Amino acid sequence: MAYINVPDGVPGIRSLVMFRPETGKPLYALAQVLLRGESTLSEAERELIAAYVSSRNDCLFCMSSHAAASRCLYGKRENIVDEVLKDMDHSQISDKLKALLRIAGKVQVLGKEVRPEDIDAAKKLGATDREIHDTVLIAAAFCMFNRYVDGLASWTPTDPTMYAEMGARMARGYVMPNTPNTVS
Amino acid sequence: MPHINLPDLPGIRGPMAFRPETAKPLNELAEVLLRDDNNTLSRGERELIGTYVSSLNDCFFCQNVHGAFAGYYLGCDIPAIDAIKKDYQSAPISAKMKTLLAIAGSVQKSGKHVTPEQIEHAKKEGATDREIHDTVLIAAAFCMYNRYVDGLATMAPQDRQFYVNRAPQRAAEGYAGFDLYK
Repeated sequence: MAYINVPDGVPGIRSLVMFRPETGKPLYALAQVLLRGESTLSEAERELIAAYVSSRNDCLFCMSSHAAASRCLYGKRENIVDEVLKDMDHSQISDKLKALLRIAGKVQVLGKEVRPEDIDAAKKLGATDREIHDTVLIAAAFCMFNRYVDGLASWTPTDPTMYAEMGARMARGYVMPNTPNTVS
Repeated sequence: MPHINLPDLPGIRGPMAFRPETAKPLNELAEVLLRDDNNTLSRGERELIGTYVSSLNDCFFCQNVHGAFAGYYLGCDIPAIDAIKKDYQSAPISAKMKTLLAIAGSVQKSGKHVTPEQIEHAKKEGATDREIHDTVLIAAAFCMYNRYVDGLATMAPQDRQFYVNRAPQRAAEGYAGFDLYK
């Protein structure tokens, strides 16, 4: 049971933003611009960064839901997601994406862990400043979302079909759930 | 030098000017969490939570910006804020605030570090669900802001008085809708 009085039967961050829509609004807007906005990184790749960081933070809700969104967006190449979560170094993603995921992994530990060598490696493989910026911010944002979801002990479903449904919905974009004060 | 080519501005202002599309929700979140007066935690208390988490994350820029805000709102100087960061249990702050800082300290490590006992303790000292929610989200948000600022190796003025001098004007203008270049 969650530590605070959030709506029953609503999983993860959705229950928290229904409890406090004023903070939910910028949180959803941030997810939308980072993960769905215009970018040279595909939506599937950005969801993969989110799932990778959530996995390293041991946040089952965010890891499962963003992995599901990434699978949905990769379509026929959906196996990539589980390969990366299992063993990123030996997965079939591009070397550039591997270099970006290494930066995301450093950010997950702490900002100062990111070294000039990590950045140089990504740039040599073609990563742009904007792609590096977005990778750092996606990784940092999931260090927030993961702590928010687990720090309040929000409900984490264990049924994989629920995450498949969530992933399909998330693939279409991040929209605030209706709150009790909103007409649905 | 920053890891990427950013406008020459202190701390988070560089990446925010580089990418205004993401700056907007980041600033809106800070405004509603830290500055909105529809809150039973004072601005000073909320800035103190941000300062404490930034010090645990060893982020020089954020702990000085928000430490200066906390000092401005609470009417205390840098040494007093430093003393709270170092040992809040012995500081002259409320028992409720100490239980909230304990929760924020756990969030800094990982969400799962927050225990039912910590929550119960805070509720016994009078913390409401909304105050606990905001404490967890402020702590989590600073785990993001700190990583954003340091993960891109942004530049931070080293003179701590710089932050103290700017706090009154910054507090008046707020986090949303200000000019990044001023």
